[in-house]
Amino acid sequence: MHLTAHVTTQVTAHPAVLLSAESQSSAHSSAVFLIEFGAIILGLGLLGRLAGRLQFSPIPLYLLAGLAFGEGGLLPLGTSEEFVAIGAEIGVILLLLMLGLEYTASDLVSNLRTQYPAGLVDAALNALPGAAMALLLGWGPVAAVVLAGVTWISSSGVIAKVLGDLGRLGNRETPVILSILVLEDLSMAVYLPILTALVAGTSLAAGSVTLAIALSVAGLVLLVAVRYGRHISRFVSSDDPEKLLLVVLGLTLLVAGVAQQLQVSAAVGAFLVGIALSGEVAEGAHGLLAPLRDLFAAVFFVFFGLHTDPASIPPVLVPALALAVVTAATKIATGYWAAKRAGVAAKGRWRAGGTLVARGEFSIVIAGLAVTAGIEPSLGPLATAYVLILVIVGPLTARYTEPVATWFIRRRAARPEAAATAE
Amino acid sequence: MSTTPLPGIGVQYDLTTREHRHLSVIAHRDGTRTVNVYRADDPDACAQALHLTEPETALLIDALSPGHHSPNLLSTTDLGLVAERIELASTSYWNGRVLGDTRMRTETGVSIVAVLRRAQAIPSPTPDFRLAGGDTLIVIGTREGVETAAAILGRT
Repeated sequence: MHLTAHVTTQVTAHPAVLLSAESQSSAHSSAVFLIEFGAIILGLGLLGRLAGRLQFSPIPLYLLAGLAFGEGGLLPLGTSEEFVAIGAEIGVILLLLMLGLEYTASDLVSNLRTQYPAGLVDAALNALPGAAMALLLGWGPVAAVVLAGVTWISSSGVIAKVLGDLGRLGNRETPVILSILVLEDLSMAVYLPILTALVAGTSLAAGSVTLAIALSVAGLVLLVAVRYGRHISRFVSSDDPEKLLLVVLGLTLLVAGVAQQLQVSAAVGAFLVGIALSGEVAEGAHGLLAPLRDLFAAVFFVFFGLHTDPASIPPVLVPALALAVVTAATKIATGYWAAKRAGVAAKGRWRAGGTLVARGEFSIVIAGLAVTAGIEPSLGPLATAYVLILVIVGPLTARYTEPVATWFIRRRAARPEAAATAE
Repeated sequence: MSTTPLPGIGVQYDLTTREHRHLSVIAHRDGTRTVNVYRADDPDACAQALHLTEPETALLIDALSPGHHSPNLLSTTDLGLVAERIELASTSYWNGRVLGDTRMRTETGVSIVAVLRRAQAIPSPTPDFRLAGGDTLIVIGTREGVETAAAILGRT
């Protein structure tokens, strides 16, 4: 994620900074920075409250806030842009670290063993429409791989919240939904290095070497985590929250940085650290890092919005809508099939499908990689529009797919009878 | 009673009663619990999902446990096994050491079922669990075993 490479600090464009004398400029720009950054964070907090009141995920609001602040938006920012860029990078790393903490290595391995057909069907049904759309728009193979990822990965965050809100955690289809999410997250560990190599435009040979390194490192970490997770956790373990926070955060950033150097993705490094930590440490770190993750992830969504010009969204609205409709249908089919395979009855199958529709944070993470590398100018806006649609529609399909499907099936079943009685 | 892991959420315990009613309890990772009762017309779906905090759960357990109305969670069973609470002094030798170092099971044959710390319970602590002064250990074993365990844990 070379986010910083493409960030231009617009200090010169900022009248307040131009006015200040050279001697006072540093103090003054720090004041401007504090005011700007404080305003962003406060705005996000208020938006988050609004989202809470409306009972839906704050992600779309954060994206919209980013659109409003960014280039061509209402309030272009100046000094805080560089910090926001670094914050966004940390946000991605923390998102993946927390995801890794959620799962134990044995969770991943056992899911992979029992559920891999569902994972394959999920990948085929949901990644292909994205790739096809990119090719249809004539964006080339790299953009196709990016868009495939955007449409493939459901949002674990949104879905876990929706399941809790609807009181469905105990339902028969819930383990099926969760195992699909686990497999998708695990696939990210393979997919992101591939994407990083492609986006960097490395040659096939160099790319294969990178990929081989990435895959062997991921495999090694999984193996070590399954066998020796206890020892790693013991090394990190500390009763004092402050020290635990510093050790876990330091270790994660260090590994993410090394992963970045090796041309694997920083996000994958962070994910693997999360997997390797288990038990007491994972519990403790989870509680400590959640607020940090919330802060920096929000900054990341804003950053993504900042780099998208609102004017570029209307032209891609039609493909985004089409893609949203098609991939909502394919996710429903995926969930239906996976639940059927697990022996869940018809209603539960529809519920599983409807729940999986939401896309969110990881679609934006994937698109972010491509946007900062400058792959295709319309890709960012398309991904933004697509996620905005599905993050809002997802909770609705989770709630209403089953009643609607049941009603349709009943009507179709009733129709022949009605015809028979008419005769 | 069967268990299903819910990755990222916790563990689900399912129970089907003699009257073929199905209920489940989800143990969340933050220590809260959800009690689910299933619908009669759609046995895959929850009709009711009650989310309980830790103190609420403790009260519910107390109300459900047969044959006694005292809020003491430990009682002596008929099988010659004893359950005891053993508290670690703040000056204890074990303060900051891991549970595995006590070699409790090898030395005494007792099981450490849970550790109570600052109003939360850590069930089935693993050998790499780090003890701290003020912890209360809940041990189950024979009378002699539990006494030996108390002696070991009393070391300063």
